[in-house]
Amino acid sequence: MVQGKAIPLDRANVDTDQIIPAKHLKRIEKTGYGEYAFEAWRKDPDFVLNRPHHDDATIMLTRENFGSGSSREHAVWALDGLGIEALIGVDFADIFKSNCFQGGMLTIELSVVDVDYLMALASDTPHTEILVDLADQTVSVVGESWQRNFDIDPFRKYRLMRGLDDISMTLEYHTDIETYEGSRPDWMPVTV
Amino acid sequence: MSGRTLFDKIWDSHVVRSPTQEAARVDALSEAGMIDDQGLLGERQEMLYIDLHLIHEVTSPQAFEGLRQAGRKLRRPDLTLATVDHNVPTIDRELPNPDPLSATQIEVMRGNAKEFGVTLFDIFDPRQGIVHIIGPEQGFTQPGMTIVCGDSHTSTHGAFGSLAFGIGTSEVEHVMATQTLRQSKPRSMSVEVTGELGPGITAKDVILAIINKIGVRGGIGHVIEYRGEVIENLSMEGRMTVCNMSIEAGARAGLVAPDETTFLYMKGRPQVPSGDDWEKALEAWQQLPTDPDAGFDREIVIDGSGILPFVTWGTNPAQSATVDGKIPELDEVPTDQREATERALTYMDLEPGTLIRDISIDRVFLGSCTNGRIEDLRAAAEVVKGEHVADGVTAMVVPGSGLVKMQAENEGLANVFRDAGFEWRDAGCSMCLGMNPDILSPGERSASTSNRNFEGRQGPGGRTHLVSPEMAAAAAISGHFTDVRKLLS
Repeated sequence: MVQGKAIPLDRANVDTDQIIPAKHLKRIEKTGYGEYAFEAWRKDPDFVLNRPHHDDATIMLTRENFGSGSSREHAVWALDGLGIEALIGVDFADIFKSNCFQGGMLTIELSVVDVDYLMALASDTPHTEILVDLADQTVSVVGESWQRNFDIDPFRKYRLMRGLDDISMTLEYHTDIETYEGSRPDWMPVTV
Repeated sequence: MSGRTLFDKIWDSHVVRSPTQEAARVDALSEAGMIDDQGLLGERQEMLYIDLHLIHEVTSPQAFEGLRQAGRKLRRPDLTLATVDHNVPTIDRELPNPDPLSATQIEVMRGNAKEFGVTLFDIFDPRQGIVHIIGPEQGFTQPGMTIVCGDSHTSTHGAFGSLAFGIGTSEVEHVMATQTLRQSKPRSMSVEVTGELGPGITAKDVILAIINKIGVRGGIGHVIEYRGEVIENLSMEGRMTVCNMSIEAGARAGLVAPDETTFLYMKGRPQVPSGDDWEKALEAWQQLPTDPDAGFDREIVIDGSGILPFVTWGTNPAQSATVDGKIPELDEVPTDQREATERALTYMDLEPGTLIRDISIDRVFLGSCTNGRIEDLRAAAEVVKGEHVADGVTAMVVPGSGLVKMQAENEGLANVFRDAGFEWRDAGCSMCLGMNPDILSPGERSASTSNRNFEGRQGPGGRTHLVSPEMAAAAAISGHFTDVRKLLS
């Protein structure tokens, strides 16, 4: 469950180079990227992230193909560093979406009309709060009747709800992995 | 039963555990009253085995740290290969790295490779280079394999008929620990390029034409198989260029069916099987191409004979025009794209309606995993031979690997470039992503053989135009975009 104000980032095809530029990928940690998020666009005083009334937002509204380009998971860490917990947009780039899931960041896909509505709302009345309920799979506007359902892979939902760790679940299948490994042709390449 | 695609065949042969198997297990446990949840795999995820995991200094440190914190081992160091490419200097390598953060990142890669027993092509190893160049070069990339890397251009390896895709750092850690990935199967898409390319038209123009047609979201959720006469007639280098930019069309991966061109390219490379093993492997590889009666979820056909040299003018790779064309007028752009077009043109400091050939450039970058292979350098050298870089233009060549560099030097290409006024650098990703000091200054405009023209990609405020190596070479000596076919004729 995420409830909070929303930042309307009304641009399509926002790429991960904008979310976190390559020059800030030199850190060997998962933290410390928030201050560089959207670095170039933040130089514009009118950029939406510079509007003080969006300061404590926890939801970001996006358009089509958000997170396109580089596979850098640093983009998710940077959004996390901004305090964002959920993204609501038309659709998301494949690798970025997968990275969000790994980092526990919700990516919610709604129709263009619904995204238009939320963009206008967040822009006109920035103090309006939006509620994302993962259990019910709904997005609603706090204090209003507007509500929409969203789709999520049932297993991803299950995993997110319980905070389970992919790796330990996969390792439960170590015998299947070993069996598979036994069937691989011996001419396949090895690196050592 | 209908036939299977190349993609289906690779996918099917790598499923370690399927949702069906998992459902049976969950049912059995539920009946016994031992479980009341969804199991460990879910309804849609399949567990895929990964044959080769390529790693580099930028997206691996946090994954290694995750292993250490959880007390886990790297399951298959013998299926893992490391290099340093994204963040290495391409000049003065023998001197101390002036950027302490970069130096640390490279040092951490070394330490992790040593601690976990991973083979590393380090900075002074002649095999060092861009991760997507060295795999095919050494013969690690083979048909029918699954290959992943914490880099979106992993799709490059699809040129060999291997399922190769980029992953984030959490998934890098998952592969390290388990040698598998949990994936929902993407949909399939056929992009058929028919006919014959005109003289001087390159693989780069083919992929830019495809992206121009299907758009930067056109491939979302899909794996593309490139087919048709044009693709069949491309060299392996050309096929790699095409597959490389699949991600720029939003696709998860790109594939080309292995054929005689593939086998000829592979034979004799260090990691490619030989003798009886070659015969066994060949037999397996020949089973891979898509069956004649197989269907795709989506099919696109493009007339290859109509493709011209492409130049991007905007800030995403679909915003492009042919060299004889112009930047569109705003009323020629679909209404819903006008605002984005205006923003792109403002960033690029260009006016609607400008002729492509009237765009002047300041810098030329020849290299990257898209176009940093020997064939690319040969083609560009052919254009610059006996010519000189135009006044006011700075041009550099960054070979894709140490071995490409060496080969180019042996073939005399390095001297052709140097004589023409190009800088001749060491191998790495360099100005493609602007992580090391090879960047554009604010406002500078480049003709670049790389893959992304995003805002600030090659340096804050830098303006990137994507082109083929031949077109980049032509721009270098002309000072503006020009149809390379006129220079060559």
